[in-house]
Amino acid sequence: MPGQKTFVSGDEAVAMGARLARPHVISAYPITPQTVVVERLSDYVEDGSLNAEFMHVESEHSAMSAAMGVSSVGARAFTATSSQGLLHMCEGLHYASGARFPIVMMNANRATAAPWNIYGDQRDSLSMLDCGWIQVYVEDAQEALDMIIQAYRIAEDPEVLTPFMVNLDGFVLTHTYELVEVPPQETVDAFLPPYQTVNKMDLANPQSLCITVGPNLNLEIKYQQHMAMVNAEKAIDAVDREFGDVFGRYYGGMVQGYRCEDAEVILAATGTTAGTARVVVDAMREQGHAVGLLKLRYLRPFPIRQVCDIAGRVKAVGVLDRDISFGLEGTIYTNVNSALSRLAQKPLTLNFVGGLGGRDISRENIESIFTTLLAAAGGVSQPEVQFFGMECATDE
Amino acid sequence: MNRPEVQPYQKPFCIKELPLGSTFTGGHLVEKNAGWRTFRPIVDQDKCTGCLRCYLVCPDGVIFRSGDEMVIDYDFCKGCGVCAYECKARAIEMIKEEL
Repeated sequence: MPGQKTFVSGDEAVAMGARLARPHVISAYPITPQTVVVERLSDYVEDGSLNAEFMHVESEHSAMSAAMGVSSVGARAFTATSSQGLLHMCEGLHYASGARFPIVMMNANRATAAPWNIYGDQRDSLSMLDCGWIQVYVEDAQEALDMIIQAYRIAEDPEVLTPFMVNLDGFVLTHTYELVEVPPQETVDAFLPPYQTVNKMDLANPQSLCITVGPNLNLEIKYQQHMAMVNAEKAIDAVDREFGDVFGRYYGGMVQGYRCEDAEVILAATGTTAGTARVVVDAMREQGHAVGLLKLRYLRPFPIRQVCDIAGRVKAVGVLDRDISFGLEGTIYTNVNSALSRLAQKPLTLNFVGGLGGRDISRENIESIFTTLLAAAGGVSQPEVQFFGMECATDE
Repeated sequence: MNRPEVQPYQKPFCIKELPLGSTFTGGHLVEKNAGWRTFRPIVDQDKCTGCLRCYLVCPDGVIFRSGDEMVIDYDFCKGCGVCAYECKARAIEMIKEEL
């Protein structure tokens, strides 16, 4: 069923998605680096269009703690944060995933201090990959709205029960406006039924929550958590298909390959950069270059099989990282290489690091990356980790 | 004020027998934890007025009433001495543990 079209920012699309998902409580810290998402949600609570409690808390750490409290009584929790706010939540992120509370959170990917700014950069969420949260990276405002709805379905699946982080590139997606289709509430209600769980405080069935488990079984409980995340792939694919059937938009599940079938080189990218890369792929294909794009949607669980299937067939794979793990390389590059190392014949891989602190990633940047990849595929030796779009030379 | 009994640890045969995440019925998968206590609080039941102050201040929640007596669960008491310090009736004495 078609929804109503409206012209909104990425932040507002997230808020609309969250309203459609009918959370019982929104707990959020309202000050920088917070985005408009929770401001809109507080408007909705105020104007009565969302029947929820809005909790103003004193920090992001408290926002996550409150969200855990909400989830621990079997209610639906939503929060949003960004950059240093996400880092401040870190302790709670581990607690929430270990306690198997299916909280949904929007994160605006922004630079981390120091030097700090509020522009796009993925160092915040990529440094949180080990917290046990599902992480998806969206490309546009429509995907952002749709993924908030999908996030609850996946996170609350009894086989998954894992919190879910929806990542939007800061500024270029959170603060720019697009035409977005807002699905009707009845259709969303049918797609996303109320949350039911046994993992909650219940007077009729008293239990201890978030307890200590000693060396005798701690390993087994962590194994259980790991397998729930690994198996979340099934729910991710099933929910993507069902969402597409109902709302008419399919996103491909774990990854989305674009013109990869006969590609010689491909670029793996996330979020909004995938949109720019798609345009560049089309332009370079017209010039006769066999290039393709691998849009990595989920980074946890990591799409090992899909990356091997798509990237295993090509000569060279570039990985675009809007982050740097100081002293190593881009974090997505580490993950992609780890997946590809499972193949008998691993393709050549190169890492392109850029776009930090809001530096624009242009079509020209991506064209230049593809040119480097094509040269590498042709046998020209290239440095493995390259910073692109630098304003000055890196040596004298 | 009844406390759940600690259920004896039984090695599970299969991981499916484990509860979900970290939500368990009370006493399940709990390990006794007091072996390093140096001083043991002893309640003099004759002096005790049953005011429940010790029950309120115990940071580990190991003091509870059983019938007319205040009882301490020595499987979990860490021997911090807060109960003895706070007791208005001076009914709790800290006695050094014998090795």
